[in-house]
Amino acid sequence: MSLTQAVRDKLDIPDLVTGGKSLKDVTVDIAKPNEDFPTKLWWNTFLLVLTITLIDVAIIGYLFYEGLYLLGINNPVGWGFFVVNFVFWIGIGHAGTLISAVLYLFRQGWRTGINRAAEAMTIFAVLVAASNLILHVGRPWLGFWLFPYPNERGPLWVNFRSPLIWDTFAVSTYLSISMVFWYLGLIPDLATLRDRATETWRKNLYNILAFGWVGSARAWSHLEIVSMILAALSTPLVLSVHTIVSFDFAVSILPGWHTTIFPPYFVAGAIFSGFAMVVTLMVIAREVFNLKNYITMKHLDNMNKIMMVTGLIVGLAYGTEFFIAWYSGNEYEGFAFWNRAFGPYGWAYFIMISCNVLSPQVFWFRKLRYNIPVMFVASLVVNVGMWFERFVIMMTLNRDFLPSSWAMYTPTLFDYAMLIGTFGIFFTLFLLWCRIMPVIAIAEVKTVMPQKEGAHH
Amino acid sequence: MYLPKLEQFHKYKEMDEGVLGIFDTPEAIMHAAEKTKAKDYIGFDCILPYPVHGIDEAMGTPRSGLPWVTFFAGIFGCTIGILFQYLTHAHDWPLNISGKSLNAWFAYVPIIFELTVFSAGIYTVAALCFLSGIPKATRRILHPDLTSHKFGLWIPKSAKGYSESDVVSFVKSLGGSEVIVVKLENQK
Repeated sequence: MSLTQAVRDKLDIPDLVTGGKSLKDVTVDIAKPNEDFPTKLWWNTFLLVLTITLIDVAIIGYLFYEGLYLLGINNPVGWGFFVVNFVFWIGIGHAGTLISAVLYLFRQGWRTGINRAAEAMTIFAVLVAASNLILHVGRPWLGFWLFPYPNERGPLWVNFRSPLIWDTFAVSTYLSISMVFWYLGLIPDLATLRDRATETWRKNLYNILAFGWVGSARAWSHLEIVSMILAALSTPLVLSVHTIVSFDFAVSILPGWHTTIFPPYFVAGAIFSGFAMVVTLMVIAREVFNLKNYITMKHLDNMNKIMMVTGLIVGLAYGTEFFIAWYSGNEYEGFAFWNRAFGPYGWAYFIMISCNVLSPQVFWFRKLRYNIPVMFVASLVVNVGMWFERFVIMMTLNRDFLPSSWAMYTPTLFDYAMLIGTFGIFFTLFLLWCRIMPVIAIAEVKTVMPQKEGAHH
Repeated sequence: MYLPKLEQFHKYKEMDEGVLGIFDTPEAIMHAAEKTKAKDYIGFDCILPYPVHGIDEAMGTPRSGLPWVTFFAGIFGCTIGILFQYLTHAHDWPLNISGKSLNAWFAYVPIIFELTVFSAGIYTVAALCFLSGIPKATRRILHPDLTSHKFGLWIPKSAKGYSESDVVSFVKSLGGSEVIVVKLENQK
């Protein structure tokens, strides 16, 4: 960011931090939600999502006491909502890494306003996804069997050729690298909160969390390099995780799943739904925490553009699938797709198309990209659509090669409870995090402030 | 050929005794760092609320050598990934799955990749923690504003040719808004 203010004005480059803030203002504004007593709105929302989470935990306990027969899963459709939720949530996580890593590598200054919240979103979404992965095996207390470790059951190892094991490795690597990346960036900001704290308990808490960071230039120079390295490592990781998730489907020989388009199609869908979730959260956060000077309309505009582009890619993928089903001349493939659109779950297919392909088209218009209610609704609609995309993929199972084994899948109350529960867990973690840690990367925002270089020259 | 140098792994040194000058702008600290480097106070440091670009050159600290750690840790993780899968599947627990070769290595690629990235990332961060002296539970905070909006110049007592009065007058001449002499005994 070597442009001076005059050049920026001339080129009409919008400021990433508006309102003529000084370095001190940035600290004060962003630390405010962490230092004040939570508002009534926060408490109400928190208690609501906490209740959902606790109910969900109780239901999970009951489900595993009784057995998975309580769910709607049956013989052809053996996966059900758990895997729909798993793929959905892991996709939500991807925008966080994309914002923090890919945009970092491309030197996109605007990421600084939103990267912290997006990274936190990634961590919580991946945790929720991982819990669904563990739960869907049916006996979650034996979940550790997924890890290769020397055991007493003879020379028994996991099958490294199984997509379930790939998932385990991919998700745990993704989770640990994202967590480390996120926390490393948080350390300087936690040090800021520590130094501002007036109460002893708060000082002690942040003292532990900040790891004893002082801001030495020598430490900063290492930290900057490591941020870049982690960004470079996470970028292929984003692609690999969702590629591997798509392998869960693509390595099977089922028509409609056994296709090479799956990895890029899944990755694009993941980024699409992830950005929708970031927009949803950011629109709320900037209102609730009064951060309009840091999460500007320009940030939202950029995210809306990405949402539109990835929405088009997803739309292209839907079209390509159909085209190839016809062009390959494979009648099973052809039937699978005809069944998807016009079979018993056709309604889900058309919800998916209208939410994912049609709704982001509103962002062609600048006026609508800058319109908060429009983008908020569109982002919610896209998330619904992307959940249905995974549902549609899963429902390919209900009519396989033999009509005698066809069966319908009807979710039970327990399935719905699991679905609502994932949102409960996610928002509980997110709201708690908003209270304890800064929603915006304080140190990183300061590096893109125009006044930093321009104002006092 | 580009080879790692020891000074690229510069380590954070505890700020126990010395002189701390406080500056208000990034330009001021940059200027101060250049002057201090010229003065040859070896081991001096700057304390910044955010990474100020160009400060490394001004201070004369070489580029961090941590990418080397990433590189070798990545190779290590990759090797472990290959060996582990090969040894478990082809030697310790050979299973014939649909007549495929025991060492059907194409299927190993996802896990080799994940282990490479995992190992590269985790070891680099461990090295960063070691070099930056974190985590440490009790560390003295020299000035609360240094993590918010002020910039500090730190000249330790161990610097060559350190004499308290000289250093204090030198830091004052750089235009710092405040100069603090830090001693071990007045530690909180």
